[in-house]
Amino acid sequence: MFKSGTPLTSLAITAGGLIGFFVLMIGLVGVNAVLLQTLDGLSKGSAYAMIALGLTLIFGTLGVVNFAHGALFMIGAFCAVTLSKFLTLSKEVVDESKTDFLGNPLKVNVPYVNDLFGEATGATIIDWAVPLSLLFAIPVMILVGIVMERGLIKHFYKRPHADQILVTFGLAIVLQEIIKFYYGANPIPTPAPSAFSGSLDFGALIGMDPNLIIYPYWRIIYFVFAALIIGAVFAFLQFTTFGMVVRAGMADRETVQLLGINIDRRFTLMFGLAAAVAGLAGVMYTPINSPNYHMGMDFLVLSFVVVVVGGMGSLPGAVLAGFLLGILESFASMREILDVLPGINQIIIYLVAIIILLTRPRGLMGKKGVMEE
Amino acid sequence: MFGLNKKDFNLFLIVIALTMLAPFILNPFPAGSGMAQFNAGYPDLMQRFVIFGIFAIGFNILFGLTGYLSFGHAAFLGVGSYGAIWMMKLVTLNVIPAIIMGVIVSGVFALAIGFISLRRSGIYFSILTLAFAQMSYALAYSVLTPITGGETGLQIKPTDRPIFSNLEEGEIGRANLFGLDMRSSYELEVGNWAFTFNTGYYIAAIVMILAFYLSIRIFRSPFGTMLRAVKSNQTRMNYTGLNARPYTLAAFVISGMYAGLAGGLLVAMDTQVGPERMFWTASGEVVLMTILGGASTLIGPVLGAGLIKYMENILSKINKDILHQWFAFLPDGIEDFLVTIVYPFIGKGWHLTLGIIFMAVVIFLPGGLVEGGKRFMDFVKRKKSKTPPSDESAQSTPAE
Repeated sequence: MFKSGTPLTSLAITAGGLIGFFVLMIGLVGVNAVLLQTLDGLSKGSAYAMIALGLTLIFGTLGVVNFAHGALFMIGAFCAVTLSKFLTLSKEVVDESKTDFLGNPLKVNVPYVNDLFGEATGATIIDWAVPLSLLFAIPVMILVGIVMERGLIKHFYKRPHADQILVTFGLAIVLQEIIKFYYGANPIPTPAPSAFSGSLDFGALIGMDPNLIIYPYWRIIYFVFAALIIGAVFAFLQFTTFGMVVRAGMADRETVQLLGINIDRRFTLMFGLAAAVAGLAGVMYTPINSPNYHMGMDFLVLSFVVVVVGGMGSLPGAVLAGFLLGILESFASMREILDVLPGINQIIIYLVAIIILLTRPRGLMGKKGVMEE
Repeated sequence: MFGLNKKDFNLFLIVIALTMLAPFILNPFPAGSGMAQFNAGYPDLMQRFVIFGIFAIGFNILFGLTGYLSFGHAAFLGVGSYGAIWMMKLVTLNVIPAIIMGVIVSGVFALAIGFISLRRSGIYFSILTLAFAQMSYALAYSVLTPITGGETGLQIKPTDRPIFSNLEEGEIGRANLFGLDMRSSYELEVGNWAFTFNTGYYIAAIVMILAFYLSIRIFRSPFGTMLRAVKSNQTRMNYTGLNARPYTLAAFVISGMYAGLAGGLLVAMDTQVGPERMFWTASGEVVLMTILGGASTLIGPVLGAGLIKYMENILSKINKDILHQWFAFLPDGIEDFLVTIVYPFIGKGWHLTLGIIFMAVVIFLPGGLVEGGKRFMDFVKRKKSKTPPSDESAQSTPAE
């Protein structure tokens, strides 16, 4: 059992283990398969990492365990659904040039955007609905986050963690039922722009034979997007005065308050930021899996596991654990592995979480004294 | 009496009376009348009331007394169910061995999981139990298909020939208690009312009364006091030279066995089981039941279980047409308006109502419905006597 250790030693252990793991896997299944699975794992882990980052941000600043974070992810996804529905709002026009099978003039639906911007631009706008939703989702999510914090979570700082879990769990149920009422229970397909619908021949790109490593464009974009967002959050915390004050508040809230800084207001904004990160993760996720009302809950359980593995309260830990578990999961779903250990892909994340929690209670990069017992 | 003090004994008598007279109490409206849809006195639902009551009582022994919030309790219910159905498929169709098997299997399972999970506390404990339950679910769903039947689950099939049974060729075995069929019922018709007395329900009810009695004894025992000490201050308990682990582990295993008992009873009633019984939403449901009714009170979890199961089965059946009937006496505009307002909260949207009630309880009434009832009684009493309540009664904890 590891007794203690700084985040650096654990990082070294993780890196060493990872290199060993990759060498072993390359020996077992070959370079191509390893590259493909790593790519897959990184894109799977992107969603975990972004949600876990938001969870940790909320926990680190406000000390609240937010079970409604999955619901925020889901609301983000439904921002994309709403915008694409809004853009395709249309009126019925009789097209004289075409006829239906009875010989009557055909009625076609013409979206209002076509009237505004012309047909070609209108079609492009509708095609790009998901990326456009990012702009729409940011203010919505920040607003939702701030309302949530001021309206409900504020009153739970002094209550036990169990109460926080319970009330946010209740909130998650309410939020997803509201979405279910307005959008129905079925998944709503929300495709990516047609420019990104194909697959990228990744192997050819790095000088290997073509058709060896092929991966969908959108998933690669998802990973790049996640990397950008995560980078932006870290840069914001690291290089702005606002971020510096927030970090100081996370380290010692009272002293910051004594210096005459209204830290509560900044923490509220951080809640909004965390909600926005979860929401953006949800927006970009819609082309990968059609959103339905309980997608947030499905992600929430895994994201909590990710946070705990990364170390409660550690932002880099959450991101690292998100990507690591994503990679592990995709390696575990390989045929070669499943032949030896059937069903391992279903349980690998939980298994890792249990092992980490028992051997290294603080998680990969957890700080001392954060939520220990 | 029975080792209970007067207050507990009265509570116990009330519970006995309520469960035994449930077919009457839950059927207050005559059949065929407009209100008949609110009748909950049919066997299937009554069985669920008591069985999930047992489940919640067991969960409360862990959460209510020690404060350890398990988010994976449904795993024990599921494992107990699988144990019970295999007993029925292979050995005998009598329900008693099946239920005992369910309790034993889930007890062993709880011992293993509790031994590991209880190394941590707080949110880590919740995550660990959640992880174990999700693992069990995933395994039951996929790899363990030969044992669990995978997605379709397990049922008693015409090909099942238990050792101790004299089934004819091709006859599907039915769960029984020494020849008494679980599904047999006696119908009593009084005027317009029809009351159903179901064998399965009464067996489940008797088991619940026993389980309830046991939980009162646990709450009042030195062991129960130890568990409360774990909740209020574990560090202090350690400093007095006591190791909290054996006590919490015992509570965890007892609680798991209660869940197994509930699982075994579920199988005894409908002779089938599927992996969705172990999904984490099922674990969340028992948390909702216990908190809603009142954690760490004796009767609370049973009330919570009853309320949620009632909403799930009765409230969810109400659709728009029925709403229009209710508000038919109002002018058309107001009728449509009211229906639009109310509709999201009932029928398929009953989860929304549940979520809102649950949040309200957590925010305003941490003691659950029991505390709500107590506050209401205090309020009524104060109105009557017009004297301020003494400090003692204001500080007392909800009835335990």
